[in-house]
Amino acid sequence: MKILIKNGRVIDPSQNLDAVADLLIEDGKIAQIESAIRNPQSATEFDAAGLIVAPGFVDIHVHGRTPGQEYKEDTATLTAAAAAGGFTTLCVMPNTVPTLDNRSVVEDVLSRAKSEGNGVRIYPIASVSLAAKNEQLSEFADLKNAGAIAVSDDAFPLQDADFMRRVFQYARTVGLVTMLHCEDTALTGGGHAGVGRGGGVMNEGVVSTELGLRGMPRVSEEIAVYKACALAREVGNRVHILHVSTRGAVAVIRSFKAQGVPVTAEAGPHHFGLTDEAVRGYNTNAKMNPPLRTREDCDAIIQGLVDGTIDCIATDHAPHAAHEKEREFDGAPFGIIGLETSLPVSLQTLVEKGPLDVTQLVEKMTTAPAQLLALDAGTLKVGKRADVTAFSPDENWILEEETIRSKSKNSPWLRQTMKGRVKATFAGGKQIY
Amino acid sequence: MSEPKKLMEAADIARALKRVAHEIIERNRGLDNVVLVGIRTRGVPLSARIASHFEAIENQTVPLGALDIALHRDDFHLRAAPPQKTAIPCDISGKVVILVDDVLFTGRTIRAALDALNDFGRPASVQLAVLVDRGHRELPIRADFVGKNAPTSHEEKVSVRLQEIDGEDEVLILTADERG
Amino acid sequence: MKRKHLLGLADVSATEITQILDTAEAMREVLSRPIKKTPALRGKSVCTLFFEPSTRTRASFEMAAKTLSADTSSLTVATSSVSKGETLKDTLLTMAAMGAGCFVIRHPSSGACELAASFSQKFGYDFHIVNAGDGCHEHPTQGLLDLLTIRQHKGEIAGLKVTMIGDLLHSRVARSNVHGLLKMGADLTLCGPQTLLPPEFGLLDLKMTHDCDEAIEGADVVMTLRLQNERMNGVFLPSVREFAALYGINARRLKRAKSDAILMHPGPINRGVEISDDVADGGQSVILNQVTNGVAVRMAVLYGLLGGEEN
Repeated sequence: MKILIKNGRVIDPSQNLDAVADLLIEDGKIAQIESAIRNPQSATEFDAAGLIVAPGFVDIHVHGRTPGQEYKEDTATLTAAAAAGGFTTLCVMPNTVPTLDNRSVVEDVLSRAKSEGNGVRIYPIASVSLAAKNEQLSEFADLKNAGAIAVSDDAFPLQDADFMRRVFQYARTVGLVTMLHCEDTALTGGGHAGVGRGGGVMNEGVVSTELGLRGMPRVSEEIAVYKACALAREVGNRVHILHVSTRGAVAVIRSFKAQGVPVTAEAGPHHFGLTDEAVRGYNTNAKMNPPLRTREDCDAIIQGLVDGTIDCIATDHAPHAAHEKEREFDGAPFGIIGLETSLPVSLQTLVEKGPLDVTQLVEKMTTAPAQLLALDAGTLKVGKRADVTAFSPDENWILEEETIRSKSKNSPWLRQTMKGRVKATFAGGKQIY
Repeated sequence: MSEPKKLMEAADIARALKRVAHEIIERNRGLDNVVLVGIRTRGVPLSARIASHFEAIENQTVPLGALDIALHRDDFHLRAAPPQKTAIPCDISGKVVILVDDVLFTGRTIRAALDALNDFGRPASVQLAVLVDRGHRELPIRADFVGKNAPTSHEEKVSVRLQEIDGEDEVLILTADERG
Repeated sequence: MKRKHLLGLADVSATEITQILDTAEAMREVLSRPIKKTPALRGKSVCTLFFEPSTRTRASFEMAAKTLSADTSSLTVATSSVSKGETLKDTLLTMAAMGAGCFVIRHPSSGACELAASFSQKFGYDFHIVNAGDGCHEHPTQGLLDLLTIRQHKGEIAGLKVTMIGDLLHSRVARSNVHGLLKMGADLTLCGPQTLLPPEFGLLDLKMTHDCDEAIEGADVVMTLRLQNERMNGVFLPSVREFAALYGINARRLKRAKSDAILMHPGPINRGVEISDDVADGGQSVILNQVTNGVAVRMAVLYGLLGGEEN
């Protein structure tokens, strides 16, 4: 099985490549990248003229919902949404039902990816603690052996500094990156656990004051990020800060990186592309945790992406069913889907109106996240698995509920014009979109 | 577009109101039990003018009220006019209430006014005085005192303009185009 | 009125507010009649849907609807937590299927009325929504009745010095009044401890202070807000005693206002906390006028929403 992707602008940050060329896939692997490859007989041709040909995108922060919440998303819809967004590698978070805290759930996720998925690779991230209660460590070593590529407290942020320190020490022992949701829940009223119980539901500021909604102050993230970084400096382990949303957090990460602390960070397209103004009208599709912040926070995150403080883009894809979002703002769950909008929102915000060039953007969506978790992905080097995405950087389209591949439609960009569109996605040499 | 037709001049209005005042006094053999109630909007200044004729003729002041019928209309679902204050100066039970309005047309305003009046007591009788009766009744209602009978077509509109509200006294007949 | 719902005063113009207040004046006259009943809303069905206990607001709306001859029904939905039980959508559609054409909603979640309004016409039923208080967001009829009360006592609202004191953070009454008073041109001062006075209010065209005596100085209108029980002791305030000492209105403090200043409170009053007994029952208190005006304003709102468009 051979595929020849012709005449595209091939961008691969992993080998500093940016040139119009043809790309040949053979036996599921990248076989050759040259200008004007002669079509070997039997190769299917894909005309990529005017398109950018990049490594398949890598998203290290996705809520797969499987097992347990397949009504929100199942493996088939998740991988279809990923393909439509240009993603070929996903790392899925442990807040499943049951919690991804033991070998059997890891194996279940991996086997479903194989049997129900479309070829998009899924890597499980294990919970730092049993049942995500942050009381007892989960079996990091066994989880790693089963296939977990990191541990995380996402959605159930570690509060107890002593337990956090033990997590870091044990993760360092086993050799796993700890991916942290940094939130001081005393300041936010509980975060996810506070939904429907009077906890904060959006950024604290002008909009929350006007709408009469309980706010989550920006300092709640900054304090938690500082705590995590200070402990990481002491323990010397690899810590990754999930979904950075505030200017304060960016500044803290920058200063710890400057000290050589092994900390990395990601930001979601919604956190640099939208502000808390999107909540007006009590739009529950603009409700997520951390919440949408302010313009100055967006600007700081963009600056962080430019100077490397923020290493990569991750969507925090968090599907929720319509009936869960179609309710009072207080009671609606946090989270939005993001796989199918990540590229256009990032292109519009960071490249068209922002300081990044398209090569830098591709790097933040491929090589950088792959390196961060040492994944064998995010590259077009010859011999590597042929995960390839071809996208148009300027095609306009409108995001409609009907065409969203994800099982859930909770996007803040519904019915808006998107610029930049994935035209084809190849996973392991097979065209899946 | 044709010019609006002038049905009454200021002098005609004055003469008609004076005659109506005389007729009311004559019908009720004086004014002892009479209460004047103007229907908002233009019935109110008209009733005040009739009251001043009463003073001139009989040297007698009668209680003068104003009735807003917005809350009693039968076309509420089509248009809800902002209601204004109703002011009934005394208990009207046992009194002769003279309702005053500018134009009598379908009779629906008067129906609403009779209904509204009910909430203030049980009058001995209710009589109706109008400046213009233009016909086209849709309810079994008639006026007791009429300033001027004016046959009109259904499409026309009779516009009563009064000094107190519009700055001048005149009654016009407007055709459909002029009504816009 | 050309609107379908009354969700808050944030999107109601000064002209529209004036129109509602004018109508409410006429409604006050109806309430003074020997027979307090007019047929304007005959055949209309108004459903009060309360997800939070409230006796006076509900009674006020029901009296308003009944005075205008609407049929009323009521549903009290006990909710210990908004994340449990029947959804607002299902409750609403169930009552709409029974024929309710207008819902008066009280709900503990901010924005619940916006959500309710979004269901009208979407599932085959057409209805009006009137916000009777949603979370910490708005309580527009309370704002309107306060404006009516001020107008009655002071004439023009524009240029009046109005001081609002107490828990501005959690008060939906405060938010509606801030919108209403600013639109009508009042010179507004907000006063409370910083724990209950979000700094974001300072971005509006108003003054803020933590000093109650300073706030009251020269005021035409002193408006106090109800302090919710659950906020009285703990993290927002150390004690009722200290709040009363710093922000309670008593005769001595009220003397700083203009001699003809009026004193308002949305009720129910915590006597001796927000207002001392002597001033609550004193000559400057217009608290009971507010209650009467509440019925008149709600009549005006129902009349305006349920009637056809004025032509």
